Amino acid sequence: MTGYRLSSGGLVDRSQSLSFTFEGRPLRGFAGDTLASALLANDQLLVGRSFKYHRPRGIVSAGPSEPNALVTIGSGARTDANTKATVAELYGGLTANSQNRWPSLGFDVGAVSGLLSPFLGAGFYYKTFMWPKQFWERVYEPFIRRAAGLGRAVLEPDPETYEKSWAFCDLLVVGAGPSGLMAALTAGRAGLRVIVADEDFRLGGSLLSTTETIDGGAASVFADRAVAELQSLPNVTLLSRTTVFGWYDDNVFGAVERVQKHVAEPSSKHVSERVWRIVAKRALLATGAEERPLVFGGNDRPGVMMAGAMTTYAERYGVAAGKSVAIFTSGSAGYRTARALSAKGVAIAAIVDARAESGDRAPDGIRVIRSASIVDTKGRQRLKGIVVERSGFEELIACDAVGMSGGWSPVVHLACQRGAKPIWSEELQAFTAPDVGGGLRPVGAANGVFTLAGCLSDGAEKAAAVAAELGLNVTPAAPPVVDGEETSSFVALWYVPGAKSKAFVDFQNDVHAKDLGLALREGFGHVEHAKRYTTNGMATDQGKLSNINAVGILAGMRGVSPAEVGTTTFRPFYTPVSFGALAGAARDEHAVPARKSPLHGWATKNGATFVEAGLWYRSAWFPRAGEKTWRESVDREVLNVRANVGLCDVSTLGKIEVFGPDAAEFLNRLYCNPVLKLPVGKARYGLMLREDGFVFDDGTVSRFDEEHFFVTTTTAMAGPVMAHMEYCAQALWPELEVRFTSSTDQWAQMAVAGPKAPAVLQQIVDGDISDDAFPFLSARKIVLKSGVSARLFRISFSGELAFELAVPAGYGEAVADQIMEAGRPHDICAYGVEALNVLRLEKGLLTHAEFDGRVTPDDAGLGRMLSMQKADFIGKRLSARYGLTAADRMQLVGLKPVDADKDMRAGAHLLKEGTKPSTLNDQGWVSSAGFSPVLGHAIALAFLKSGRERYGEKVIVFDKLRDQEIVAEVCDPVFVDPQNMKLKA
Amino acid sequence: MRYSAFSLVRNALSGNLNWKPQWRQPQPKPHYDVIIVGGGGHGLSTAYYLAKEFGVKNVAVLEKGYLGSGNVGRNTTIVRSNYMLPGNEPFYEFSMKLWEGLEQDLNYNVMLSQRGVIMLYHSDGQRDAYVRRGNAMWMEGVAAELIERAQLKKMIPFLNYDHARYPILGGLLQRRAGTARHDAVAWGYARGADRHGVDIIEHCEVTGIRRENGVVTGVETSKGFIGCGKLALAAAGNSSRVGEMAGLKLPLESHVLQAFVTEGLKPCIDHVIVYGGGHFYISQSDKGGLVFGAEIDGYSSYAQRGNLATAEHVMEEGVAMIPGLSRVRVLRAWGGVMDMSMDGSPIIDRTSIDNLYLNCGWCYGGFKATPASGYCFAHLIARNDTHPVARALRLDRFARGYAVDEAGAGPQPNLH
Amino acid sequence: MASLITCPHCGVRPKEEFAIRGDASRGRPEPMDSDEAWHDYVYVRANPRGRTFEHWHHIAGCRRFLVVERDTATHEVYSVVDAVEFLQRAER
Repeated sequence: MTGYRLSSGGLVDRSQSLSFTFEGRPLRGFAGDTLASALLANDQLLVGRSFKYHRPRGIVSAGPSEPNALVTIGSGARTDANTKATVAELYGGLTANSQNRWPSLGFDVGAVSGLLSPFLGAGFYYKTFMWPKQFWERVYEPFIRRAAGLGRAVLEPDPETYEKSWAFCDLLVVGAGPSGLMAALTAGRAGLRVIVADEDFRLGGSLLSTTETIDGGAASVFADRAVAELQSLPNVTLLSRTTVFGWYDDNVFGAVERVQKHVAEPSSKHVSERVWRIVAKRALLATGAEERPLVFGGNDRPGVMMAGAMTTYAERYGVAAGKSVAIFTSGSAGYRTARALSAKGVAIAAIVDARAESGDRAPDGIRVIRSASIVDTKGRQRLKGIVVERSGFEELIACDAVGMSGGWSPVVHLACQRGAKPIWSEELQAFTAPDVGGGLRPVGAANGVFTLAGCLSDGAEKAAAVAAELGLNVTPAAPPVVDGEETSSFVALWYVPGAKSKAFVDFQNDVHAKDLGLALREGFGHVEHAKRYTTNGMATDQGKLSNINAVGILAGMRGVSPAEVGTTTFRPFYTPVSFGALAGAARDEHAVPARKSPLHGWATKNGATFVEAGLWYRSAWFPRAGEKTWRESVDREVLNVRANVGLCDVSTLGKIEVFGPDAAEFLNRLYCNPVLKLPVGKARYGLMLREDGFVFDDGTVSRFDEEHFFVTTTTAMAGPVMAHMEYCAQALWPELEVRFTSSTDQWAQMAVAGPKAPAVLQQIVDGDISDDAFPFLSARKIVLKSGVSARLFRISFSGELAFELAVPAGYGEAVADQIMEAGRPHDICAYGVEALNVLRLEKGLLTHAEFDGRVTPDDAGLGRMLSMQKADFIGKRLSARYGLTAADRMQLVGLKPVDADKDMRAGAHLLKEGTKPSTLNDQGWVSSAGFSPVLGHAIALAFLKSGRERYGEKVIVFDKLRDQEIVAEVCDPVFVDPQNMKLKA
Repeated sequence: MRYSAFSLVRNALSGNLNWKPQWRQPQPKPHYDVIIVGGGGHGLSTAYYLAKEFGVKNVAVLEKGYLGSGNVGRNTTIVRSNYMLPGNEPFYEFSMKLWEGLEQDLNYNVMLSQRGVIMLYHSDGQRDAYVRRGNAMWMEGVAAELIERAQLKKMIPFLNYDHARYPILGGLLQRRAGTARHDAVAWGYARGADRHGVDIIEHCEVTGIRRENGVVTGVETSKGFIGCGKLALAAAGNSSRVGEMAGLKLPLESHVLQAFVTEGLKPCIDHVIVYGGGHFYISQSDKGGLVFGAEIDGYSSYAQRGNLATAEHVMEEGVAMIPGLSRVRVLRAWGGVMDMSMDGSPIIDRTSIDNLYLNCGWCYGGFKATPASGYCFAHLIARNDTHPVARALRLDRFARGYAVDEAGAGPQPNLH
Repeated sequence: MASLITCPHCGVRPKEEFAIRGDASRGRPEPMDSDEAWHDYVYVRANPRGRTFEHWHHIAGCRRFLVVERDTATHEVYSVVDAVEFLQRAER
């Protein structure tokens, strides 16, 4: 047995025993445990397998830097892979399993790769797996993929919910250790709005595991008192289980709060995780310091652990990491651990100190071996002994755990996420936070202050300084009295010479010291190259333990200072954050907002099938009893519109009201065709270009009076057109007196189309709408017989005699019902966008299937609309470029199949008869196609090189994607009623 | 040293102590026939092909940072040739073919993984647009497949078939497309170029371009003046700044694009999947991390870091497409500076200065183009003649009205 | 900058309320200006590393076009003014 629960002590609640399983084995722990402390208490030393060599691995740390103890927690859709046991809060019913092993954790076949390790050095894969050529993808890569990876993602829909929240504060304190709590107390008492965020489930940081006393009591008691006071302050918000993962522009911090990751049965009343965006006037980085591992032979044997972590397990969790513990240290911290463990009755096998001398105090009777190092470890899946080398002599010392300490690095991650690099301090032998201005300042250990008393006063002083900057005069609270603190120092030791077996730098990714040597030999000595070549620091811990040693080793090998090597780049996220938390509530049907037309209810009543159109749902067709396919419904709707009358919801079209003395001039500059002289009471088709001369959008422009226009846009471009108009009015021509607003949602608009449309509409419209009184392209404000104010337009997107009637949105459904009722004797039908599309296709009218952003007005057969006499309009100048006017451009044509039975589909390309498919021979493409129920065969609109000269020519419609190839005749794009006889009836 | 089974064994048995640097660290010579500014994927591949295919061996590549420190080392590693426009498709297919022989050509495993890229469609209109694209690919002889929903469900069962805001109706698949190990591409080309005599000079920033009588005579650098016969710019996001040193005004804006990787996972995503309801794309690296990204942050930037709002939006799209990603944790985000052009397509061309050549405008599609970009640029530099597959990618296309606008979005770079 | 923008009309607002149109440093040429002037206006960008002027549209707020003066390398914002005020300043 190695790890065990001490008979007393610790901050766990020994009255609350919790059952959990690891690898199916039932185990018990206490409330207040982490999974790691509970595993250790149960002597579960082996917790995982490494990434490359599948080596047996044990717990190394007691926090988020953990490289080894990655487990999968939960099952089914609630599976969380790659969870660090060292931060997973224990709860009753927790199930955990190890990862990356087969068939079992104890016996892992993958470990055979360890035997091949001479061939599997850094970057080995770049040099091999190339022969024979095809084998990489067929053999090697699948094998590597299977061998690699860590936990298994289930990829099932997540039953949990998530949310996001904003928070604002004067001071954000990141970390609730000694300096963070003192800072929060100082600022909170002064009345600042303070947020304290700490990743742990219990606030206090190192106060929870330190042996020093504060004000005569345990440090944890001081922490509890501080937390209680902060909780009582209304201006202070405490966020535990909350990791600040990123620092963004404008002093905005991203944080994730694990609301319910620590319960067996999450309540549906609460979210699982919550992402905070914290806008902080000031922030203090009280994130402490990370202890450095030592890179010595066999340092990955289960039982080798950070010395500080051992103290934490003993002091906070009441767990001993071993029965007989050896300490390997290059500084005071190892002695501190030895004293703490010794005081708890844990045997200390020896303190191996790499330094020749130090003032650090060893516990009484403990052997200290100076100027010595561990060069190898014994045991397989758990440590049995260490080989200590001193002055050339080796000694085997039996022990079942090693606490290692190579000094301390301030945790400066957040401060380096926005481009600034950490600064090497010769004095501290560590990288320290760069000066990133007043917004974010390191404090306490994160600031290189490595004494408890120092941290407490640094926290108070920094917070007082912040308060002063924000206009409050505060004297920092007198820091409490710390007892039992001994001086602290260390010597940086990047690599322990004389290793007899692999000395790991990055445990999780299996990068050992020799890999860094190989990288340097092969020219990958730059710290970024070394990282990428060896994968050092790229594991799920992002090198929290390994990076500093890699830098030190590279520096040593290159014979330069670590300052010259520098660090790799710190980037979000400080610790990994789930997709779910970052996505928040936007998921599934709620991924984006849904817009419904004011006639949605009417369409539903009439049996519509709906289709997504951007944010909108539009009625696509209205199936009737007996119709088996959508085509049957659509054909019926089309024929009925052509023969009788139909009603279609066109409310989703963008609608913009334009007012002002310069409204006409403004629109005249926006559209490529003339608008200035549009008579009051008239509508006109309009085409807007981009400044580069290509079609931007089309729609209608109507003039209700001299200074009031009404323009429509396509559904898809309603937003962009509005933004474009705002740009032109505000940024280009602010001198024009024009105002406009979107009224898309204010109007329910319906197309009433077909020869019987006047007869139907006349029943509900007050006033004459006969052809004489209300001719084609009329546009007027009217009143319905019901008294409802409305707008009526005599425009058509079907080629039929048609109206568009707009009524205030709230009246939409009632008016539509009225029309249907009035139309019943005339066989009115509801028709959807599918029929609308066929009707316009038969007439050669265009949508964004044609206007794909690369089409000029002339391409679309609308060249006559370009009013080059106008002094200026958007797109005028660049329309004249050679490429936009060349004769061989693709022009809109119609296509009909030579063999009338044959089908054509949009997306096909065109070839000259007798030519082979090639990009050079590509003559054009089909933009829209469908079956014309009027003609009884397929028709299509297409863009064809010099197409308007080629009517009558036969072309191949090439649809290799669907394995279709037919011959079609090029024709005028207007298939039905080319003389527009029906339009004007 | 050539990599072979033999060399691997021999070195393993000697403790791997005898491997040599993959490229030299030479001091700059006073003069080169060609200087390439930019030691990223494109600059290095240009140097490699110049030396290997076009016999121009007196070449230097100048890199201001470490080799491969730009976008070649910070992308989502996707390789594909599924373009629609005739100006693009032949170029990218040429690149795809070079990819397919690259490992043998370079004697370096860049881990090309032709696992297939599938672009999902969610509406009839989107399907039609993809059909148009797929048929354009077939015109160039590039196989494409339309995968209907039923088949897609079998192929990729974990997509959001039941609760998607935009229904997943099918996808356009290019089986030959896939991923490659991005850093290895830079290193493989560097090693290859070096073996052909190219000097790769890292940490050498170009600070000025010296011109006499209307031609470039050399560059001022942080390592002093270096003369050249021809100067070739392959500076990606920094193209405008370098171009300005020669008085060039370019149709470019630099924008930041974020990419992300999750913690390592056992194999679960076998394709590159592109979401059509937004702009999200994801694949799984051989190491097990899910690598993904979406659109650019939207504002012009030279900072290699992104903002949280965009990152959150990327995650939203990911979960919209694959609900099961919800519990997967994202490890790291990074940002690259994209040289966004005015039509979303690249520029490989001569300039108004006779011996100054330009390679830029790769937007966020530069990685897949690395081989063809280098090959065509080398062709242009060596022969002063545009390679046939790059004819549409000339600089004057904007003035002449021949933009290659794959997105149809017009001259607003952040829309491409 | 990339997190928050201080709209002169609406106050401090998050980035996602804005749509970014692009370079605001160039005025639209006169109709009779040269081809080159028009080409440059539509297609050429100074693309500075450093101080730049950019049109941001407060699309989920006041719907005004703003000119954000900021640094493309540090993301520091120097000023945010309404597009009309920006034009008036240019004329002065």
